[in-house]
Amino acid sequence: MIKVEHLAKRYAEAYAVNDISFEVKEGEILGLLGPNGAGKTTTMRILTCYMPATSGTATVAGFDVFKNSVDVRKNIGYLPENVPLYPEMRVKEYLSFRAKLKRVPHRERKTKIADAVDRCRIVDVQNQIIGTLSKGYRQRVGLADALVHDPKILILDEPTIGLDPNQIRQVRQLIKELGEKHTILLSTHILPEVEMLCGRVIIINKGKIVAMDTPANLESQLKADNHIALEVRGNGEKIKNALSGIKGVRRVTWRDKGEIANFAVESEKGTDVREEIFSSVVKNNGIIREMTLAPITLEEVFHQITTQEQEVTA
Amino acid sequence: MRCTGTIFQREISAYFLSPVAYVVIAVFMIFSGYFFSVMLGITQETTLRYSLAYTQFILSILTPVITMRLFAEENKTGTIEPLMTAPVTDFVVVFGKFLAAWALYNVMIVPTAFYIIFLAWVGNPDYGAIIASYIGLVLMGGLFISIGLLVSAVTKNQIVAAVIGIVALLILLVIGLASAGNEGWFYSSVRYIGTYDHWETFTKGVVDTRDVIYYVSFTALLLFVVVRIVESRRWR
Repeated sequence: MIKVEHLAKRYAEAYAVNDISFEVKEGEILGLLGPNGAGKTTTMRILTCYMPATSGTATVAGFDVFKNSVDVRKNIGYLPENVPLYPEMRVKEYLSFRAKLKRVPHRERKTKIADAVDRCRIVDVQNQIIGTLSKGYRQRVGLADALVHDPKILILDEPTIGLDPNQIRQVRQLIKELGEKHTILLSTHILPEVEMLCGRVIIINKGKIVAMDTPANLESQLKADNHIALEVRGNGEKIKNALSGIKGVRRVTWRDKGEIANFAVESEKGTDVREEIFSSVVKNNGIIREMTLAPITLEEVFHQITTQEQEVTA
Repeated sequence: MRCTGTIFQREISAYFLSPVAYVVIAVFMIFSGYFFSVMLGITQETTLRYSLAYTQFILSILTPVITMRLFAEENKTGTIEPLMTAPVTDFVVVFGKFLAAWALYNVMIVPTAFYIIFLAWVGNPDYGAIIASYIGLVLMGGLFISIGLLVSAVTKNQIVAAVIGIVALLILLVIGLASAGNEGWFYSSVRYIGTYDHWETFTKGVVDTRDVIYYVSFTALLLFVVVRIVESRRWR
């Protein structure tokens, strides 16, 4: 459905997107994951024909984004970052305006709008003025706009940014439902979101693709590097030395808080040292108050992937 | 082209859902009414000609206020992004916005019809000259709006759009006045570019094709430039 080949976009001096290629298949939900400024929005803007690429080609639904821009735009529903809407309009007015712009035939317009309103659960606010809506509702109005003409492809730029946890859950649920009917390309910088929604993930950093895989594969690849957080009552110094002696442990950092000490244990890839940690703490008369696998943050993902890349190239 | 009407409709409703339309119309009526009564008192002639000379000045200040939001607001709030990623051509967007602002401009000058009724009541005005003046007003409005639209398309800031628009229109007005009475190709071409001479012909009751062509072609040229500016995002 979407095919991107050697796409690059240069602003003044720096490349925002530098030679990326990927493909989105029909019916797939693909996640673009990356920190702010990685080039996610730029990629999406090129695919939605908002701006052109400096070089490379992209086809969406079989049409070239540069040569057949209007045909591309007919086939996509786009939710821009921060969801810009006209604040003075009522929700229904806005959707009707957008449906007309997107050339939904007059006969179908009413049912299509009602359908979008229904699917995005904004029935109870459809007669409200957009300026008075909360962020969560605005987001859903934006989504309703994106799908009002029933496009084949949905391109969603950070669909859950700035929402409260309940709203995030609702929007994710909605996207999941939409994925059954549409091909979706979405961007985010939240890792669990990708795990929940996407069949495949592209990690993009500084305008380049650094990884492309299924969330499960990516995770197993990343979880190999274990970070374990530990809270222990006992002699910190002694336990620290014992922990460092465990086979497979790469590094132990600790902080003494009187009787209780906190440790961060980093072990080698593919090793699970939790049981050894338990027995060695017990052997040293310590009492484990807490032991968790430290959650992998996006920062670490990037750190790991980018350093791996360097190791390979070096 | 079908979507021009859709854009037009939205822009018109945006004008009347915000205070812009009402404020602009009210301010215009206050000043045009003032100049009408003053000039009528001084000249004691049943004509719009003298008060309309001042009307151009008022319109030079008010028209950019009408046009300032057209693109600047969308650039600022980001609504330009969903708008330009909808399957509409740049020309349709520009033309729809232009027509909406022009329509508001024409609505704004409708209440001046009251002056004609008043003139007919106190004397016997020259209706031919009045009709010609209105044709001139409408054509001049098209030009003023395309200038305002151009300024609005290049900025994110509505105030900047309004101020630059006002300055541009006043310059166009002033260069015509300042070069009046001077001979030579330079002054006559400056006078040709300026709006005042063309406008004056209409107020005298003459609809000269040269003046019509001046307004229509200047407007068309500017709209073409606006479309290019909006489009430039795609190749910049």
